[in-house]
Amino acid sequence: MHPAASVIFFTTASGAGYGLLFLLGLAGAGGLAPGGLGFALVGLASALGLITAGLLASTFHLGRPERAWRALSQWRSSWLSREGVAAVATYLPAGLFGIGWVCLGETGGLWGAFGLLASLGAVATVACTGMIYASLPTIRQWRHPLTVPVYLAVALYTGALWMTLLTAAFGGAADTFLWLSVAAGIAVAALKLAYWRSIDSATPATTAGSATGLGHLGRVRLLEAPTTSRNYVMREMGYRIARKHATKLRLIAGGVGVGAALVLLLIAAAVGGGGAVLALFLAALAGSAGAVVERWLFFAEATHVVTTYYGAEAA
Amino acid sequence: MTSLPTTAGTRKLGLVIDLDICVGCHACAVNCKEWNSGGHSAPMTDWNAYSGTESAEGGTDDAGAWGVWFNRIHTYEAGDGAEGRTVHFPRSCLHCETPACVEVCPTGASYKREEDGIVLVNADTCIGCKLCSWACPYGAREYDHADGVMKKCTLCVDRIYNENLEEIDRVPVCVSTCPVGARHFGDLGDPQSAVSTLVAERGGYDLMPEMGYKPVNKYLPPRPQKKTCGATGAPSRLEQLVAEATDAVPSTGAPATKGGRMLAWVDAVLSR
Repeated sequence: MHPAASVIFFTTASGAGYGLLFLLGLAGAGGLAPGGLGFALVGLASALGLITAGLLASTFHLGRPERAWRALSQWRSSWLSREGVAAVATYLPAGLFGIGWVCLGETGGLWGAFGLLASLGAVATVACTGMIYASLPTIRQWRHPLTVPVYLAVALYTGALWMTLLTAAFGGAADTFLWLSVAAGIAVAALKLAYWRSIDSATPATTAGSATGLGHLGRVRLLEAPTTSRNYVMREMGYRIARKHATKLRLIAGGVGVGAALVLLLIAAAVGGGGAVLALFLAALAGSAGAVVERWLFFAEATHVVTTYYGAEAA
Repeated sequence: MTSLPTTAGTRKLGLVIDLDICVGCHACAVNCKEWNSGGHSAPMTDWNAYSGTESAEGGTDDAGAWGVWFNRIHTYEAGDGAEGRTVHFPRSCLHCETPACVEVCPTGASYKREEDGIVLVNADTCIGCKLCSWACPYGAREYDHADGVMKKCTLCVDRIYNENLEEIDRVPVCVSTCPVGARHFGDLGDPQSAVSTLVAERGGYDLMPEMGYKPVNKYLPPRPQKKTCGATGAPSRLEQLVAEATDAVPSTGAPATKGGRMLAWVDAVLSR
Protein backbone atom coordinates (compact mmCIF):
# COMPACT_ATOMS: atom_id res chain seq x y z
CA MET A 1 0.00 0.00 0.00
CA HIS A 2 1.14 3.51 -0.80
CA PRO A 3 2.32 5.12 2.46
CA ALA A 4 0.61 8.52 2.37
CA ALA A 5 2.48 11.08 4.50
CA SER A 6 -0.74 12.68 5.75
CA VAL A 7 -2.13 9.40 7.08
CA ILE A 8 1.17 8.42 8.72
CA PHE A 9 1.41 11.82 10.42
CA PHE A 10 -2.24 11.61 11.46
CA THR A 11 -2.06 8.17 13.05
CA THR A 12 1.25 8.79 14.85
CA ALA A 13 0.57 12.37 16.02
CA SER A 14 -2.99 11.78 17.13
CA GLY A 15 -1.92 8.40 18.54
CA ALA A 16 0.64 10.10 20.79
CA GLY A 17 -1.92 12.81 21.60
CA TYR A 18 -4.55 10.26 22.63
CA GLY A 19 -1.96 8.33 24.63
CA LEU A 20 -1.08 11.53 26.47
CA LEU A 21 -4.74 12.47 26.96
CA PHE A 22 -5.43 8.97 28.30
CA LEU A 23 -2.70 9.35 30.93
CA LEU A 24 -3.63 12.96 31.77
CA GLY A 25 -7.21 11.91 32.38
CA LEU A 26 -6.17 9.05 34.63
CA ALA A 27 -3.40 10.96 36.37
CA GLY A 28 -5.52 14.06 36.86
CA ALA A 29 -8.40 12.12 38.31
CA GLY A 30 -6.06 9.92 40.35
CA GLY A 31 -3.99 12.78 41.73
CA LEU A 32 -0.75 11.50 40.19
CA ALA A 33 -0.05 14.63 38.16
CA PRO A 34 2.10 17.48 39.44
CA GLY A 35 0.06 20.32 40.85
CA GLY A 36 -0.10 23.77 39.36
CA LEU A 37 -1.72 25.43 36.43
CA GLY A 38 1.34 25.13 34.18
CA PHE A 39 1.38 21.35 33.93
CA ALA A 40 -2.37 21.10 33.31
CA LEU A 41 -2.27 23.78 30.65
CA VAL A 42 0.81 22.52 28.82
CA GLY A 43 -0.21 18.87 29.16
CA LEU A 44 -3.73 19.28 27.84
CA ALA A 45 -2.63 21.74 25.15
CA SER A 46 0.02 19.26 23.97
CA ALA A 47 -2.44 16.36 23.91
CA LEU A 48 -5.24 18.24 22.17
CA GLY A 49 -2.73 19.99 19.88
CA LEU A 50 -1.27 16.66 18.69
CA ILE A 51 -4.76 15.22 18.25
CA THR A 52 -6.04 18.24 16.35
CA ALA A 53 -2.96 18.51 14.14
CA GLY A 54 -3.32 14.84 13.30
CA LEU A 55 -7.02 15.12 12.51
CA LEU A 56 -6.40 18.16 10.32
CA ALA A 57 -3.60 16.34 8.51
CA SER A 58 -5.93 13.43 7.83
CA THR A 59 -8.27 15.73 5.93
CA PHE A 60 -5.42 16.63 3.53
CA HIS A 61 -5.66 13.05 2.35
CA LEU A 62 -9.25 13.65 1.23
CA GLY A 63 -10.22 14.64 -2.28
CA ARG A 64 -12.96 16.88 -0.87
CA PRO A 65 -11.83 18.06 2.60
CA GLU A 66 -14.70 20.56 2.78
CA ARG A 67 -17.11 17.64 3.00
CA ALA A 68 -15.23 15.92 5.86
CA TRP A 69 -18.13 16.50 8.26
CA ARG A 70 -20.17 13.98 6.27
CA ALA A 71 -17.86 11.26 7.56
CA LEU A 72 -19.60 11.40 10.95
CA SER A 73 -22.83 9.97 9.58
CA GLN A 74 -22.20 6.26 8.92
CA TRP A 75 -21.06 5.01 12.32
CA ARG A 76 -23.42 2.04 12.04
CA SER A 77 -21.26 0.32 9.44
CA SER A 78 -18.00 2.21 8.93
CA TRP A 79 -14.99 2.14 11.27
CA LEU A 80 -13.71 5.34 9.67
CA SER A 81 -16.98 7.03 10.60
CA ARG A 82 -16.82 5.58 14.12
CA GLU A 83 -13.29 6.94 14.45
CA GLY A 84 -14.54 10.39 13.46
CA VAL A 85 -17.43 10.24 15.91
CA ALA A 86 -15.19 9.00 18.72
CA ALA A 87 -12.62 11.71 17.96
CA VAL A 88 -15.19 14.50 18.02
CA ALA A 89 -16.98 13.08 21.05
CA THR A 90 -13.71 12.87 23.02
CA TYR A 91 -13.21 16.64 22.72
CA LEU A 92 -16.24 17.24 24.96
CA PRO A 93 -15.12 15.49 28.17
CA ALA A 94 -11.51 16.50 27.44
CA GLY A 95 -12.57 20.14 27.18
CA LEU A 96 -14.67 19.99 30.36
CA PHE A 97 -11.86 18.21 32.18
CA GLY A 98 -9.52 20.97 30.98
CA ILE A 99 -11.86 23.70 32.23
CA GLY A 100 -12.05 22.04 35.64
CA TRP A 101 -8.33 21.44 35.90
CA VAL A 102 -6.92 24.61 34.34
CA CYS A 103 -9.57 27.22 35.23
CA LEU A 104 -10.92 25.90 38.52
CA GLY A 105 -7.98 23.81 39.73
CA GLU A 106 -10.39 20.93 40.31
CA THR A 107 -9.64 17.35 39.30
CA GLY A 108 -11.83 15.51 41.75
CA GLY A 109 -15.46 14.49 41.68
CA LEU A 110 -17.36 15.39 38.54
CA TRP A 111 -14.29 17.02 36.96
CA GLY A 112 -12.33 13.87 37.53
CA ALA A 113 -15.12 11.87 35.92
CA PHE A 114 -14.72 14.01 32.80
CA GLY A 115 -11.03 13.10 32.87
CA LEU A 116 -11.84 9.41 32.99
CA LEU A 117 -14.36 9.87 30.16
CA ALA A 118 -11.67 11.62 28.11
CA SER A 119 -9.35 8.66 28.77
CA LEU A 120 -12.05 6.28 27.65
CA GLY A 121 -12.66 8.35 24.50
CA ALA A 122 -8.94 8.29 23.72
CA VAL A 123 -8.83 4.49 23.91
CA ALA A 124 -11.97 4.18 21.81
CA THR A 125 -10.66 6.53 19.11
CA VAL A 126 -7.33 4.74 18.74
CA ALA A 127 -9.08 1.37 18.72
CA CYS A 128 -11.37 2.63 15.91
CA THR A 129 -8.32 3.82 13.96
CA GLY A 130 -6.83 0.35 14.26
CA MET A 131 -10.11 -1.25 13.25
CA ILE A 132 -10.23 0.77 10.01
CA TYR A 133 -7.24 -1.30 8.94
CA ALA A 134 -8.04 -4.50 10.81
CA SER A 135 -11.46 -4.70 9.15
CA LEU A 136 -10.15 -4.89 5.58
CA PRO A 137 -9.98 -8.52 4.36
CA THR A 138 -8.16 -7.36 1.23
CA ILE A 139 -4.89 -6.76 3.10
CA ARG A 140 -3.70 -9.73 5.16
CA GLN A 141 -1.02 -7.69 6.97
CA TRP A 142 -3.77 -5.40 8.28
CA ARG A 143 -6.55 -7.88 8.93
CA HIS A 144 -4.47 -9.32 11.71
CA PRO A 145 -5.32 -9.89 15.38
CA LEU A 146 -2.33 -7.76 16.42
CA THR A 147 -3.22 -4.65 14.39
CA VAL A 148 -5.45 -3.06 17.04
CA PRO A 149 -3.22 -4.06 20.01
CA VAL A 150 -0.22 -2.51 18.20
CA TYR A 151 -2.12 0.74 17.53
CA LEU A 152 -3.13 0.92 21.20
CA ALA A 153 0.32 -0.01 22.49
CA VAL A 154 2.16 2.48 20.26
CA ALA A 155 -0.27 5.25 21.28
CA LEU A 156 0.21 4.41 24.96
CA TYR A 157 3.99 4.17 24.56
CA THR A 158 4.47 7.48 22.72
CA GLY A 159 1.91 9.18 25.00
CA ALA A 160 3.69 7.83 28.09
CA LEU A 161 7.05 9.12 26.84
CA TRP A 162 5.68 12.66 26.49
CA MET A 163 3.81 12.35 29.80
CA THR A 164 7.04 11.36 31.55
CA LEU A 165 8.86 14.32 30.02
CA LEU A 166 6.15 16.81 30.99
CA THR A 167 5.83 15.48 34.51
CA ALA A 168 9.59 15.66 35.05
CA ALA A 169 9.83 19.10 33.43
CA PHE A 170 7.21 20.44 35.83
CA GLY A 171 8.98 18.92 38.80
CA GLY A 172 6.49 16.15 39.45
CA ALA A 173 7.16 12.56 40.40
CA ALA A 174 7.86 11.08 36.98
CA ASP A 175 8.92 7.63 38.13
CA THR A 176 5.51 6.00 37.64
CA PHE A 177 5.29 7.26 34.07
CA LEU A 178 8.93 6.48 33.36
CA TRP A 179 8.50 2.82 34.28
CA LEU A 180 5.16 2.75 32.49
CA SER A 181 7.02 3.97 29.38
CA VAL A 182 9.60 1.22 29.80
CA ALA A 183 6.87 -1.41 30.15
CA ALA A 184 4.92 -0.02 27.17
CA GLY A 185 8.11 0.07 25.07
CA ILE A 186 8.81 -3.58 25.84
CA ALA A 187 5.18 -4.41 25.05
CA VAL A 188 5.41 -2.57 21.69
CA ALA A 189 8.62 -4.43 20.83
CA ALA A 190 7.10 -7.79 21.76
CA LEU A 191 3.89 -7.14 19.82
CA LYS A 192 5.74 -5.90 16.74
CA LEU A 193 8.16 -8.83 16.76
CA ALA A 194 5.24 -11.25 16.98
CA TYR A 195 3.41 -9.32 14.23
CA TRP A 196 6.39 -9.29 11.87
CA ARG A 197 7.09 -12.97 12.47
CA SER A 198 3.45 -13.75 11.75
CA ILE A 199 3.11 -11.75 8.52
CA ASP A 200 6.46 -13.09 7.25
CA SER A 201 5.49 -16.71 7.74
CA ALA A 202 1.83 -16.57 6.70
CA THR A 203 0.87 -18.01 3.33
CA PRO A 204 -1.20 -15.61 1.24
CA ALA A 205 -4.69 -16.98 0.61
CA THR A 206 -5.18 -15.07 -2.61
CA THR A 207 -3.16 -15.96 -5.69
CA ALA A 208 -3.30 -14.96 -9.33
CA GLY A 209 -5.05 -18.31 -9.76
CA SER A 210 -7.90 -17.56 -7.35
CA ALA A 211 -8.14 -13.94 -8.50
CA THR A 212 -8.72 -14.96 -12.11
CA GLY A 213 -10.27 -18.36 -11.42
CA LEU A 214 -7.80 -19.79 -13.94
CA GLY A 215 -5.63 -21.57 -11.38
CA HIS A 216 -6.93 -24.97 -12.48
CA LEU A 217 -5.19 -24.46 -15.83
CA GLY A 218 -1.77 -24.10 -14.22
CA ARG A 219 0.39 -21.19 -13.15
CA VAL A 220 -1.26 -17.86 -14.01
CA ARG A 221 0.90 -14.90 -15.00
CA LEU A 222 0.15 -11.52 -16.48
CA LEU A 223 0.94 -11.38 -20.19
CA GLU A 224 -0.38 -7.92 -20.91
CA ALA A 225 -1.43 -5.27 -18.40
CA PRO A 226 -4.57 -3.26 -19.19
CA THR A 227 -2.72 0.03 -19.42
CA THR A 228 0.67 1.23 -20.60
CA SER A 229 0.94 3.69 -17.70
CA ARG A 230 0.33 2.91 -14.03
CA ASN A 231 -3.30 3.59 -13.13
CA TYR A 232 -4.83 4.66 -9.80
CA VAL A 233 -5.15 1.12 -8.48
CA MET A 234 -1.51 0.32 -9.27
CA ARG A 235 -0.28 3.55 -7.67
CA GLU A 236 -2.42 3.34 -4.53
CA MET A 237 -2.44 -0.41 -3.91
CA GLY A 238 0.59 -1.57 -5.84
CA TYR A 239 3.28 -0.02 -3.66
CA ARG A 240 5.84 -2.67 -2.70
CA ILE A 241 8.91 -2.29 -0.57
CA ALA A 242 12.02 -4.36 -1.17
CA ARG A 243 12.50 -6.94 1.56
CA LYS A 244 16.05 -5.80 2.36
CA HIS A 245 14.82 -2.22 2.87
CA ALA A 246 12.01 -3.46 5.09
CA THR A 247 14.47 -5.39 7.24
CA LYS A 248 16.66 -2.30 7.63
CA LEU A 249 13.67 -0.11 8.51
CA ARG A 250 12.42 -2.64 11.06
CA LEU A 251 15.82 -2.46 12.72
CA ILE A 252 15.68 1.34 12.70
CA ALA A 253 12.13 1.39 14.10
CA GLY A 254 13.06 -1.05 16.86
CA GLY A 255 16.54 0.30 17.52
CA VAL A 256 15.60 3.97 17.67
CA GLY A 257 11.96 3.75 18.71
CA VAL A 258 12.38 1.25 21.51
CA GLY A 259 16.10 0.44 22.01
CA ALA A 260 17.50 3.98 22.13
CA ALA A 261 14.42 5.33 23.91
CA LEU A 262 14.64 2.72 26.66
CA VAL A 263 18.35 3.42 27.19
CA LEU A 264 17.56 7.13 27.50
CA LEU A 265 14.75 6.37 29.95
CA LEU A 266 17.11 4.33 32.11
CA ILE A 267 19.70 7.11 31.96
CA ALA A 268 17.01 9.57 33.08
CA ALA A 269 16.05 7.25 35.94
CA ALA A 270 19.68 7.07 37.02
CA VAL A 271 20.77 10.72 36.76
CA GLY A 272 17.67 12.65 37.86
CA GLY A 273 17.39 16.45 37.80
CA GLY A 274 17.94 18.60 34.70
CA GLY A 275 19.91 15.89 32.93
CA ALA A 276 16.93 13.59 33.29
CA VAL A 277 14.63 16.08 31.54
CA LEU A 278 17.04 16.28 28.59
CA ALA A 279 17.28 12.48 28.43
CA LEU A 280 13.49 12.17 28.62
CA PHE A 281 13.09 14.73 25.83
CA LEU A 282 15.45 12.72 23.63
CA ALA A 283 13.62 9.53 24.59
CA ALA A 284 10.28 11.05 23.56
CA LEU A 285 11.78 12.17 20.24
CA ALA A 286 13.32 8.73 19.60
CA GLY A 287 10.11 6.90 20.50
CA SER A 288 8.02 9.18 18.28
CA ALA A 289 10.46 8.86 15.36
CA GLY A 290 10.37 5.09 15.76
CA ALA A 291 6.58 5.20 15.70
CA VAL A 292 6.65 7.11 12.39
CA VAL A 293 8.97 4.50 10.84
CA GLU A 294 6.80 1.70 12.23
CA ARG A 295 3.67 3.29 10.77
CA TRP A 296 5.36 3.88 7.41
CA LEU A 297 6.29 0.19 7.32
CA PHE A 298 2.74 -0.77 8.31
CA PHE A 299 1.62 0.71 4.99
CA ALA A 300 4.62 -0.13 2.84
CA GLU A 301 4.68 -3.80 3.86
CA ALA A 302 0.95 -4.26 3.30
CA THR A 303 0.14 -6.15 0.13
CA HIS A 304 -3.32 -5.74 -1.38
CA VAL A 305 -4.99 -8.68 -3.13
CA VAL A 306 -5.79 -6.52 -6.19
CA THR A 307 -2.09 -6.67 -7.09
CA THR A 308 -2.65 -10.29 -8.13
CA TYR A 309 -4.51 -8.92 -11.16
CA TYR A 310 -1.50 -6.77 -11.99
CA GLY A 311 1.27 -9.35 -11.97
CA ALA A 312 1.78 -10.34 -8.32
CA GLU A 313 1.68 -14.11 -7.84
CA ALA A 314 0.04 -13.84 -4.43
CA ALA A 315 -0.92 -11.23 -1.85
CA MET B 1 -26.78 4.75 4.28
CA THR B 2 -23.80 2.49 3.87
CA SER B 3 -25.36 -0.32 5.82
CA LEU B 4 -26.44 -2.86 3.24
CA PRO B 5 -30.13 -2.93 2.37
CA THR B 6 -31.94 -5.29 4.71
CA THR B 7 -34.92 -5.62 2.44
CA ALA B 8 -32.94 -6.39 -0.70
CA GLY B 9 -35.07 -7.60 -3.53
CA THR B 10 -34.42 -10.76 -5.42
CA ARG B 11 -33.17 -8.92 -8.49
CA LYS B 12 -29.41 -9.04 -8.90
CA LEU B 13 -28.47 -7.37 -12.12
CA GLY B 14 -25.03 -8.23 -13.34
CA LEU B 15 -22.75 -9.40 -16.09
CA VAL B 16 -21.62 -12.80 -17.25
CA ILE B 17 -18.26 -12.71 -19.00
CA ASP B 18 -17.20 -15.55 -21.24
CA LEU B 19 -13.44 -16.02 -21.01
CA ASP B 20 -13.60 -18.64 -23.74
CA ILE B 21 -14.79 -16.11 -26.29
CA CYS B 22 -13.18 -12.80 -25.29
CA VAL B 23 -10.53 -11.78 -27.80
CA GLY B 24 -9.05 -8.97 -25.70
CA CYS B 25 -9.91 -6.22 -28.18
CA HIS B 26 -10.65 -3.63 -25.42
CA ALA B 27 -13.75 -2.45 -27.31
CA CYS B 28 -15.91 -2.84 -24.18
CA ALA B 29 -13.49 -0.72 -22.14
CA VAL B 30 -13.26 1.95 -24.82
CA ASN B 31 -17.00 2.19 -25.31
CA CYS B 32 -17.48 2.18 -21.52
CA LYS B 33 -15.24 5.22 -21.33
CA GLU B 34 -17.10 6.82 -24.22
CA TRP B 35 -20.60 6.33 -22.78
CA ASN B 36 -19.75 7.07 -19.16
CA SER B 37 -17.85 10.24 -20.02
CA GLY B 38 -21.34 11.65 -20.46
CA GLY B 39 -23.20 9.39 -18.08
CA HIS B 40 -24.11 9.00 -14.39
CA SER B 41 -20.54 9.40 -13.09
CA ALA B 42 -19.26 11.81 -15.72
CA PRO B 43 -16.70 13.09 -16.29
CA MET B 44 -14.13 10.29 -16.41
CA THR B 45 -11.13 12.52 -16.34
CA ASP B 46 -7.67 11.85 -17.72
CA TRP B 47 -4.56 13.72 -16.84
CA ASN B 48 -1.22 14.05 -18.58
CA ALA B 49 -3.23 12.45 -21.35
CA TYR B 50 -0.87 13.51 -24.12
CA SER B 51 2.34 14.20 -22.28
CA GLY B 52 2.83 11.66 -19.58
CA THR B 53 6.16 9.99 -19.16
CA GLU B 54 6.70 8.16 -15.92
CA SER B 55 9.89 8.05 -13.98
CA ALA B 56 11.49 4.65 -14.40
CA GLU B 57 11.32 3.75 -10.72
CA GLY B 58 7.61 4.49 -10.61
CA GLY B 59 7.28 6.50 -7.45
CA THR B 60 4.03 7.98 -6.33
CA ASP B 61 4.05 11.11 -8.42
CA ASP B 62 1.33 12.08 -10.84
CA ALA B 63 3.52 11.51 -13.89
CA GLY B 64 2.39 9.25 -16.67
CA ALA B 65 -0.78 9.34 -18.70
CA TRP B 66 -3.55 7.99 -16.54
CA GLY B 67 -7.23 8.40 -15.99
CA VAL B 68 -10.47 6.88 -14.80
CA TRP B 69 -11.69 3.69 -16.44
CA PHE B 70 -14.46 1.44 -15.15
CA ASN B 71 -13.41 -1.55 -17.21
CA ARG B 72 -9.91 -2.92 -17.66
CA ILE B 73 -8.81 -5.76 -19.91
CA HIS B 74 -5.96 -7.95 -18.69
CA THR B 75 -4.36 -10.78 -20.63
CA TYR B 76 -2.99 -13.78 -18.77
CA GLU B 77 -1.06 -16.88 -19.62
CA ALA B 78 -2.28 -19.92 -17.70
CA GLY B 79 -0.51 -23.26 -17.66
CA ASP B 80 2.72 -24.21 -19.37
CA GLY B 81 3.83 -25.83 -22.60
CA ALA B 82 1.20 -27.59 -24.66
CA GLU B 83 -1.29 -27.10 -21.84
CA GLY B 84 -0.67 -23.35 -21.68
CA ARG B 85 -3.17 -20.88 -23.02
CA THR B 86 -3.74 -17.19 -23.35
CA VAL B 87 -6.85 -15.84 -21.66
CA HIS B 88 -8.17 -12.33 -22.12
CA PHE B 89 -9.79 -11.11 -18.95
CA PRO B 90 -12.11 -8.08 -18.71
CA ARG B 91 -12.39 -6.81 -15.14
CA SER B 92 -14.96 -4.37 -13.78
CA CYS B 93 -17.19 -3.93 -10.72
CA LEU B 94 -18.84 -7.24 -9.78
CA HIS B 95 -21.72 -5.54 -7.88
CA CYS B 96 -21.15 -7.86 -4.89
CA GLU B 97 -23.99 -9.01 -2.69
CA THR B 98 -22.00 -8.04 0.41
CA PRO B 99 -19.80 -5.23 -0.86
CA ALA B 100 -17.34 -4.12 1.81
CA CYS B 101 -16.66 -1.01 -0.30
CA VAL B 102 -20.16 0.17 0.65
CA GLU B 103 -19.94 -0.72 4.33
CA VAL B 104 -16.62 1.07 4.90
CA CYS B 105 -17.86 4.33 3.34
CA PRO B 106 -17.97 6.92 6.14
CA THR B 107 -20.36 9.31 4.38
CA GLY B 108 -23.05 7.19 2.81
CA ALA B 109 -21.92 8.21 -0.67
CA SER B 110 -21.43 4.55 -1.61
CA TYR B 111 -24.59 2.55 -1.66
CA LYS B 112 -26.16 -0.64 -2.94
CA ARG B 113 -29.57 -0.28 -4.53
CA GLU B 114 -32.38 -2.33 -3.03
CA GLU B 115 -34.26 -2.75 -6.27
CA ASP B 116 -31.55 -4.28 -8.46
CA GLY B 117 -28.38 -4.58 -6.38
CA ILE B 118 -26.35 -2.07 -8.40
CA VAL B 119 -23.52 -0.50 -6.39
CA LEU B 120 -23.18 3.24 -7.01
CA VAL B 121 -21.33 6.28 -5.68
CA ASN B 122 -23.02 9.62 -5.06
CA ALA B 123 -20.40 12.04 -6.38
CA ASP B 124 -22.08 14.92 -4.49
CA THR B 125 -21.39 13.47 -1.04
CA CYS B 126 -18.18 11.47 -1.60
CA ILE B 127 -15.25 12.99 0.33
CA GLY B 128 -12.58 11.13 -1.63
CA CYS B 129 -11.10 9.24 1.36
CA LYS B 130 -10.34 6.26 -0.93
CA LEU B 131 -11.14 3.72 1.79
CA CYS B 132 -13.66 1.96 -0.50
CA SER B 133 -10.91 1.33 -3.04
CA TRP B 134 -8.83 -0.27 -0.28
CA ALA B 135 -11.78 -2.50 0.64
CA CYS B 136 -12.39 -3.66 -2.94
CA PRO B 137 -10.40 -6.80 -3.82
CA TYR B 138 -11.18 -6.41 -7.51
CA GLY B 139 -9.70 -2.98 -8.20
CA ALA B 140 -13.08 -1.85 -9.48
CA ARG B 141 -12.98 1.62 -7.99
CA GLU B 142 -10.83 4.31 -9.48
CA TYR B 143 -10.28 7.67 -7.84
CA ASP B 144 -10.89 10.72 -10.00
CA HIS B 145 -7.86 12.84 -9.32
CA ALA B 146 -9.41 15.92 -10.90
CA ASP B 147 -12.88 15.59 -9.37
CA GLY B 148 -11.66 14.51 -5.91
CA VAL B 149 -14.20 11.70 -5.68
CA MET B 150 -14.30 7.95 -6.25
CA LYS B 151 -15.81 6.52 -9.44
CA LYS B 152 -16.88 3.09 -10.54
CA CYS B 153 -18.93 1.02 -12.97
CA THR B 154 -22.62 1.95 -12.81
CA LEU B 155 -23.76 -1.11 -14.78
CA CYS B 156 -24.89 1.65 -17.17
CA VAL B 157 -27.80 2.48 -14.87
CA ASP B 158 -28.46 5.37 -17.25
CA ARG B 159 -28.95 2.98 -20.19
CA ILE B 160 -30.65 -0.11 -18.83
CA TYR B 161 -33.80 1.77 -17.75
CA ASN B 162 -33.58 4.46 -20.42
CA GLU B 163 -36.84 4.60 -22.32
CA ASN B 164 -35.35 6.98 -24.87
CA LEU B 165 -33.33 4.07 -26.18
CA GLU B 166 -34.60 1.20 -28.28
CA GLU B 167 -35.33 -1.76 -26.04
CA ILE B 168 -32.49 -3.75 -27.59
CA ASP B 169 -30.04 -1.04 -26.52
CA ARG B 170 -31.10 -1.06 -22.87
CA VAL B 171 -28.06 -3.06 -21.79
CA PRO B 172 -24.70 -1.92 -20.46
CA VAL B 173 -22.65 -0.47 -23.26
CA CYS B 174 -19.85 -3.00 -22.77
CA VAL B 175 -22.36 -5.73 -23.57
CA SER B 176 -23.83 -4.13 -26.66
CA THR B 177 -20.42 -3.25 -28.06
CA CYS B 178 -18.73 -6.62 -27.63
CA PRO B 179 -18.02 -7.80 -31.19
CA VAL B 180 -17.79 -11.46 -30.23
CA GLY B 181 -20.68 -11.75 -27.80
CA ALA B 182 -18.47 -12.53 -24.81
CA ARG B 183 -20.52 -10.36 -22.44
CA HIS B 184 -24.03 -11.04 -21.21
CA PHE B 185 -26.29 -8.91 -19.03
CA GLY B 186 -29.27 -9.98 -16.99
CA ASP B 187 -30.83 -10.84 -13.65
CA LEU B 188 -28.63 -13.33 -11.83
CA GLY B 189 -31.14 -13.45 -8.98
CA ASP B 190 -33.65 -15.21 -11.25
CA PRO B 191 -32.60 -18.85 -11.69
CA GLN B 192 -34.68 -19.04 -14.91
CA SER B 193 -33.01 -16.07 -16.62
CA ALA B 194 -30.83 -16.56 -19.68
CA VAL B 195 -27.71 -15.48 -17.79
CA SER B 196 -28.42 -17.83 -14.86
CA THR B 197 -28.95 -20.71 -17.29
CA LEU B 198 -25.69 -19.87 -19.02
CA VAL B 199 -23.84 -19.80 -15.69
CA ALA B 200 -25.31 -23.17 -14.73
CA GLU B 201 -24.48 -24.76 -18.10
CA ARG B 202 -20.94 -23.49 -18.37
CA GLY B 203 -19.86 -23.64 -14.72
CA GLY B 204 -19.72 -19.88 -14.19
CA TYR B 205 -17.68 -18.94 -11.14
CA ASP B 206 -16.86 -16.13 -8.66
CA LEU B 207 -13.56 -14.28 -8.60
CA MET B 208 -11.65 -14.54 -5.30
CA PRO B 209 -14.41 -16.46 -3.52
CA GLU B 210 -12.16 -16.55 -0.42
CA MET B 211 -12.94 -12.85 0.15
CA GLY B 212 -16.56 -13.71 0.85
CA TYR B 213 -17.99 -10.65 -0.93
CA LYS B 214 -20.35 -12.81 -3.01
CA PRO B 215 -19.86 -11.11 -6.38
CA VAL B 216 -22.93 -11.05 -8.62
CA ASN B 217 -20.96 -10.97 -11.88
CA LYS B 218 -19.86 -14.40 -13.02
CA TYR B 219 -17.06 -15.57 -15.27
CA LEU B 220 -17.40 -18.49 -17.66
CA PRO B 221 -14.20 -20.55 -17.82
CA PRO B 222 -12.36 -21.21 -21.06
CA ARG B 223 -13.66 -24.46 -22.58
CA PRO B 224 -11.33 -27.47 -22.38
CA GLN B 225 -8.62 -27.52 -25.02
CA LYS B 226 -9.30 -29.80 -27.98
CA LYS B 227 -6.64 -32.46 -28.45
CA THR B 228 -8.10 -34.02 -31.60
CA CYS B 229 -9.30 -32.67 -34.94
CA GLY B 230 -12.90 -31.85 -35.35
CA ALA B 231 -14.92 -33.71 -38.00
CA THR B 232 -14.87 -30.86 -40.48
CA GLY B 233 -14.17 -33.01 -43.53
CA ALA B 234 -10.62 -31.72 -43.77
CA PRO B 235 -7.91 -34.32 -44.20
CA SER B 236 -6.22 -35.01 -40.93
CA ARG B 237 -2.76 -35.63 -42.41
CA LEU B 238 -0.96 -33.15 -44.61
CA GLU B 239 1.36 -35.81 -46.07
CA GLN B 240 -1.59 -37.64 -47.48
CA LEU B 241 -2.87 -34.45 -49.09
CA VAL B 242 0.54 -33.74 -50.61
CA ALA B 243 0.79 -37.27 -51.98
CA GLU B 244 -2.62 -37.03 -53.56
CA ALA B 245 -1.80 -33.64 -55.06
CA THR B 246 1.44 -34.96 -56.52
CA ASP B 247 -0.41 -37.86 -58.10
CA ALA B 248 -2.94 -35.48 -59.60
CA VAL B 249 -0.37 -33.39 -61.47
CA PRO B 250 0.21 -34.74 -65.01
CA SER B 251 3.92 -35.30 -65.44
CA THR B 252 4.36 -36.49 -69.05
CA GLY B 253 2.25 -37.51 -71.97
CA ALA B 254 -0.51 -35.65 -73.78
CA PRO B 255 -3.03 -33.98 -71.54
CA ALA B 256 -6.45 -35.41 -71.98
CA THR B 257 -8.48 -32.30 -72.39
CA LYS B 258 -8.53 -29.53 -75.05
CA GLY B 259 -7.60 -26.89 -72.44
CA GLY B 260 -4.82 -29.13 -71.22
CA ARG B 261 -3.40 -29.47 -74.76
CA MET B 262 -3.49 -25.71 -75.15
CA LEU B 263 -1.57 -25.24 -71.90
CA ALA B 264 0.92 -27.87 -72.92
CA TRP B 265 1.54 -25.98 -76.19
CA VAL B 266 2.01 -22.68 -74.31
CA ASP B 267 4.37 -24.42 -71.96
CA ALA B 268 6.33 -25.88 -74.85
CA VAL B 269 6.61 -22.51 -76.62
CA LEU B 270 7.72 -20.67 -73.53
CA SER B 271 10.24 -23.38 -72.71
CA ARG B 272 12.25 -22.91 -75.97
